[in-house]
Amino acid sequence: MQKASVSTTAPTLAHGPKTRLAWVGQGFLLILAVLALYIVVRNLIQDPVQFGQIIIGGLQLGFVYALIALGYTMVYGIVKLINFAHGDVFMVGAFVSFFSVTKFNLESWPAVVFPGLPAAVVVVIGTLTVILLSMIVCTVLAITIERVAYKPLRDAPRIAALITAIGVSFFLEYFGALKFVFTPEFIPYPSPFTVVTFYINNGIQMMVPGKPLPGHVVTFTSIFVIFIVATLLVQFLLQYLVHRTKIGIAMRATSFDKPAARLMGINVDQVISFTFAVGAAFAGLGGVLYAIAYSSIWTQLGILPGLKAFVAAVVGGIGSIPGAFVGALIMGLAENLTMGYISTPMRDAVAFTILILVLLIRPTGLFGEPEKEKA
Amino acid sequence: MLLEVQDLDVYYGAIHALQGISFNVEEGEIVSLIGANGAGKSTTLRTISGLLRPRHGSIKFRDQEITVIPAEKIVSLGISQVPEGRKIFAPLTVKENLDMGAYTRKDPVEIQQSMERVFTSFPRLKERLNQLGGTLSGGEQQMLATARGLMSHPSLLLLDEPSMGLSPILVEEIFRIIQEINAQGTSILLVEQNALMALSIAHRAYVLETGRIVLSGKASDLSQNSQVKSAYLGI
Repeated sequence: MQKASVSTTAPTLAHGPKTRLAWVGQGFLLILAVLALYIVVRNLIQDPVQFGQIIIGGLQLGFVYALIALGYTMVYGIVKLINFAHGDVFMVGAFVSFFSVTKFNLESWPAVVFPGLPAAVVVVIGTLTVILLSMIVCTVLAITIERVAYKPLRDAPRIAALITAIGVSFFLEYFGALKFVFTPEFIPYPSPFTVVTFYINNGIQMMVPGKPLPGHVVTFTSIFVIFIVATLLVQFLLQYLVHRTKIGIAMRATSFDKPAARLMGINVDQVISFTFAVGAAFAGLGGVLYAIAYSSIWTQLGILPGLKAFVAAVVGGIGSIPGAFVGALIMGLAENLTMGYISTPMRDAVAFTILILVLLIRPTGLFGEPEKEKA
Repeated sequence: MLLEVQDLDVYYGAIHALQGISFNVEEGEIVSLIGANGAGKSTTLRTISGLLRPRHGSIKFRDQEITVIPAEKIVSLGISQVPEGRKIFAPLTVKENLDMGAYTRKDPVEIQQSMERVFTSFPRLKERLNQLGGTLSGGEQQMLATARGLMSHPSLLLLDEPSMGLSPILVEEIFRIIQEINAQGTSILLVEQNALMALSIAHRAYVLETGRIVLSGKASDLSQNSQVKSAYLGI
């Protein structure tokens, strides 16, 4: 009898107002979703070409975020640290390629060493070298940051490492802004190769400089193609690394239980350094491609993409590699649709609104598992 | 002497967990540490495997001082710990768990041989090879943890509470396998609350009470000891 009365009266008291609030919240979200869908569909019908253009721009932005988000999510997975300096490593990647192109003409080294090479081969090898150098510098930088700033705090409360990460982030931004390091100004970025534009009109055609486009068509650049190839390649490589190689399996073991990993003979410090290194290499790659695609750089260019990539990692479920990829595409598309159909300044607001919504509705993200507190 | 522990003092912060304990394990033996909860049994194992550092005292493995060697290097010397609560890698498959057990080894042929050997002791693991560790039952997890510990081909296996949370039938099976492993030449240091089982398979045993060794001797003698009987065997 007593049991029955407890189970009938108490829950209604506790749940009554709560349910009503939840209903209001859900209704609000539903209206928001319907509104967004209405805007998108109406514009799709009115002007499919513009819509296609916005999707392509959104995907490109999404690929940038994906390359950064992987580093966030991997590092979080293994040391439970949100490495806020990661966006600045991305910035350093862009600057390293800037200097290797402007100061050392690194992109044309194959032509200097092997004068007989065809121009196309020179461009491909030269560009890959520029990218590779940036990736290596970023890797070294990230390992140094981890050793100097994070490793001494490994057993400290998480908040200490988090604040340190923000400190490292500011340090990189403002140290880079010094005149004799990078520069405090926006600088135009010279691409190591000529970016070609394609348009879709009875199949894919290459745009000839000086010749106008045949009317209202969807265009995309060779950078977009490179982004697709690079991001998919990275995603594939990472899946292979994490599931098929010894060090990758050791990464997952370490992220699950560090003392147990040490009992297996896994050098946990090395595995953590390796994780930072891999994430930084991808950020470096992203930095170079970003600079080529958006053709101007400065020392704070990593802040917003870094934050949004972090949001992307949270949306996908932080710690999940496919999640980071999907989350990044969602972020890029949402942002570009906002820019195209609502207003440009709204883009950042929408990005962080997504963060708030995900944290409210599904804090573990799309692919995340609920985190259990381990003793 | 395979393992020689002398005057070991270990602190957890201000708590003096091990107060100068000394014991040894000879080649080919099963030695058991028995005692109540909080006596310092797991602390002893964690100190030997290098996860904890002693404040004083020495641990010699084949006459080499190992208290200064990091945990991940101690494994390759030939000491392997099966931790309390199994600590298997839940998001990894059974195969991947076993591969991690062999992390310090390079030769794929030898690793494969070790894997075949653990499958003869634990045939059920072979059936579950591609299943995630976290989906195994408690008994299977204990088997996986033990098998994983054997994958580094240790000369000394440290077992921490292998019977915990298992049904009596499974406990019997696990202890039978422990004896089997020992018969194949691996020395074993066994920590158990289930003193009856531990004494039934050990050659020698030490009784730990609040960080001190209070009794030691042949397992058969200890199981006849009236003090041990009343305190740990419940007879």
